[in-house]
Amino acid sequence: MSDLLSIADGVLARATGDEHVEVYVSSGTDTDVQAYQGEIEKLTTASSAGIGIRVLVDGPGGARIGTAWAGSLDDDAIADALRDARDNVRFATEDEFLAFAAPDGVGAADLALLDDGVAGTGLDDKIALAIDLERQVRSADPRIRQVEAATYSDYVAHAAIVSTNGIRATYARSGSYLSVEAIASDESGDQTGWGLSVGRAPSQLNPDQAAADAVRRATRMLGAVKPASMRGVAVFDPRTTSTLLAIIGGALSGTSVVRGRSFFADRLGDDVAASTFTLVDDPTDDRHFGASTYDGEGLACRRNVLIENGKLRGFVYDTESARRAGTVSTGSASRGGIAGSPSASCRALQLAPGSLSQEEILRAVGNGVFVESLTGVHSGVNPISGDFSVGITGLMIRDGQLAEPIREVTVASTLQRMLLDIQHVGGDVEWLPGVAAGQTIAISDIALSGS
Amino acid sequence: MSTQELVDREVIERVLALSLSKGGEFAEVFVEDRHTSSAMLDQRRVEELSSGRDRGAGIRVVIGDTTGFAHTADLSEEGLRAAALAAAMVARRGEGGTITVSLNTLSTFDTTAREPLGTVDKSRKIEALLRADDIARSTGAEITQVMVGLGESSRRILVANSDGLFAADHQVRTRFNVQCVAMGDTGMQTGYRPIAGTAGFEILTDEAVTEAARGAASAAITKLAARPAPSGDLPVVLAGGSGGILFHEACGHGLEADAVLKQASVYAGKAGQKVASDLVTLVDDGTTTGEWGYLAMDDEGRPASRNVLIEDGVLTDYMWDFLSARREGRTSSGNGRRQSYQHLPMVRMTNTYLVEGSETPEEIIAQTPRGVYVAQLGGGQVNTATGDFVFGMTEAFLIEDGKITAPLRECNLIGNGPEILQRVDAVASDFSMTPGTCGKDGQQVPVGTGQATMRLSGVTIGGTAA
Repeated sequence: MSDLLSIADGVLARATGDEHVEVYVSSGTDTDVQAYQGEIEKLTTASSAGIGIRVLVDGPGGARIGTAWAGSLDDDAIADALRDARDNVRFATEDEFLAFAAPDGVGAADLALLDDGVAGTGLDDKIALAIDLERQVRSADPRIRQVEAATYSDYVAHAAIVSTNGIRATYARSGSYLSVEAIASDESGDQTGWGLSVGRAPSQLNPDQAAADAVRRATRMLGAVKPASMRGVAVFDPRTTSTLLAIIGGALSGTSVVRGRSFFADRLGDDVAASTFTLVDDPTDDRHFGASTYDGEGLACRRNVLIENGKLRGFVYDTESARRAGTVSTGSASRGGIAGSPSASCRALQLAPGSLSQEEILRAVGNGVFVESLTGVHSGVNPISGDFSVGITGLMIRDGQLAEPIREVTVASTLQRMLLDIQHVGGDVEWLPGVAAGQTIAISDIALSGS
Repeated sequence: MSTQELVDREVIERVLALSLSKGGEFAEVFVEDRHTSSAMLDQRRVEELSSGRDRGAGIRVVIGDTTGFAHTADLSEEGLRAAALAAAMVARRGEGGTITVSLNTLSTFDTTAREPLGTVDKSRKIEALLRADDIARSTGAEITQVMVGLGESSRRILVANSDGLFAADHQVRTRFNVQCVAMGDTGMQTGYRPIAGTAGFEILTDEAVTEAARGAASAAITKLAARPAPSGDLPVVLAGGSGGILFHEACGHGLEADAVLKQASVYAGKAGQKVASDLVTLVDDGTTTGEWGYLAMDDEGRPASRNVLIEDGVLTDYMWDFLSARREGRTSSGNGRRQSYQHLPMVRMTNTYLVEGSETPEEIIAQTPRGVYVAQLGGGQVNTATGDFVFGMTEAFLIEDGKITAPLRECNLIGNGPEILQRVDAVASDFSMTPGTCGKDGQQVPVGTGQATMRLSGVTIGGTAA
């Protein structure tokens, strides 16, 4: 960690008087074990490091920024990156809104995101987790014909961000995952189910739950048919809700909003969702796997209320988008690793929980569709127009109970309508990896395309 | 610096020998040195000029059906030896004894790019971005936003393995994207056109840039009048070039040998059987110079080849990488690819296309009383075990009384691979290819997809209209 800071400081020391420099340095280790038929199929152990440098030069019409990065921390690689970033500045357009973050006095939350258990657990134990997971799924049900992949993976990551503006942040995190994909089979054909468990260390993982999830999801899809087209209520399970929230979160990014590339642009203060819907981005809640102490520009992460009782309250901003919008950063800059420039994005979304369990929501809905997986999200959702059309698998809901499985069907609406059509928000919060936690929600008036 | 100079032959031979010292049966060193550069024009502002370099090696050791893998950014002999020992950890059954590895004469491939990354002045790149912006805006007053991106990469790779294989390649790729937003009474709509090739900056001719910019702008403007897409089963005509992704998703992934060997593909055990309509001849071809999915050699050092997967409806063969082929006692089909030195290779497609037929697009449309004409498809996704897939229609129109009529709002199509292959009932002769990015197990690689205008007798359209 102090190594990363001293490398970053070494680059800052080379800044000339007429330029501002921001340096992001990261290093990490990864382990990945894939089990197949009781043996290790693939075992990857790796460490990596890299640096991203941004150089900013002020001019009469505003600032210009040039960027460069390198996938190593060798002296020559760093020197090349600094040279390339300076060269890239020359070709950028001056822009009055461009700036690096400046310290804003907000203190970072004290979060326990790095667990020694990842480094402290032996490789043999990690291998055993993957092999046991596969065995458990294979032996759980005679209809499980195959386990395509049972995987244990983990990481430890360290990063430092410093700038000539006075930014100085370091952070560290760890993560540990089990995932398994099961194939169930009977005379009607094959179906798949996916199970998952997440923690910050191996000891927090729950292999039983991951195995049971994969088996239940694969077996209950057996015999799935394509249903008749209809219009009605769709109940999204926590995983699919998490995917929906991540899409909504993308449209709440200040970077998209200030460019007019979000269906939420110009809607601040409007009722954009049902009154039961309150959405918060809170990276300071360390139950969330998106929690973080600092953002991608080295500002402290903070809690931001985005939609409150259905009313659009705010967006998340990084420094640039905030200046464009005439406001200040919400500590929400993200960067896609060393090669990415910061942009505003949600990182720890959660929906204020309702009071109903999933069973109670199903009973309240009576008849409809239960959505267990989504496909084609990257091709079927347009965050600018709000058009929404995705493939699903799931189960019919009849008389308040889960009934026959369905497949090869799409659900369609627009994101704008779906938010207003939310009928129920469940209390069954599930902390999932990714941008958003999940819980069961019910949305009315969805078009289902089948046969 | 050339790839050969990245790491000495003798160093690699010693590292391979060390990789096998714990009992491994096969070892491979993959060295990569990749330069990338990108430029983005957004609302006429040049932003995000970025340059980057990734350099390192991935080492794998195979024993039985187990693979150990480690990667390092440290290309010194010390760094490579550390990675070799980490990769060899899977081979713990004993000692391999004293092993020597001697490599063959280096086989060198090279790029045909005339203007690879590093040879073109940055001001020329900015000119191309601005030119696309100008043309897009001049297409119609409805265009309110234009984003133009340029990405270039120059990738030198070196592959050496314990069988003596020793091969190097230099792969140059260039991609240019134009995205437009049009504003109208009904809200915003988007249009998109890519230009991409395994080639240098020379592909960005004035004509190509003009066509992409006009195409993206016109598509966005046309969609302002779009009405909700229908919901339910309808005949679908796919425009030439746009529909190759259908075959990539609907059956390409299921014909990858890794899924087949695990009995996790609906096409497992179907070799020699009729799996598609007579009109379907499907090819995966890494040898098509200049196409986005072109390779002189794959990331396991195997020369690319043209592989017929389905011929006149009969499944002829799958696609193979080194490991899946080794398991079946055959040779790789040149489909072993990896995103970078930090990833293990696996079976991947290159350029996958449906061979053209004999009709004209006009005849096919005229013979379709009611249906949907898809001018551009977005991404797709498939579950190889069930064959169920979806893909997005980003530009589509109704066909009424044999004529293309109203534009439709974006939505997904959904279907089942084996069923859809039987429903190909017309193929025209206007073949063309489209560049794409294929994701599998978290790894992204460039691929081409292609077909001529064709019709599917019925596909489920996921719209909202009755």
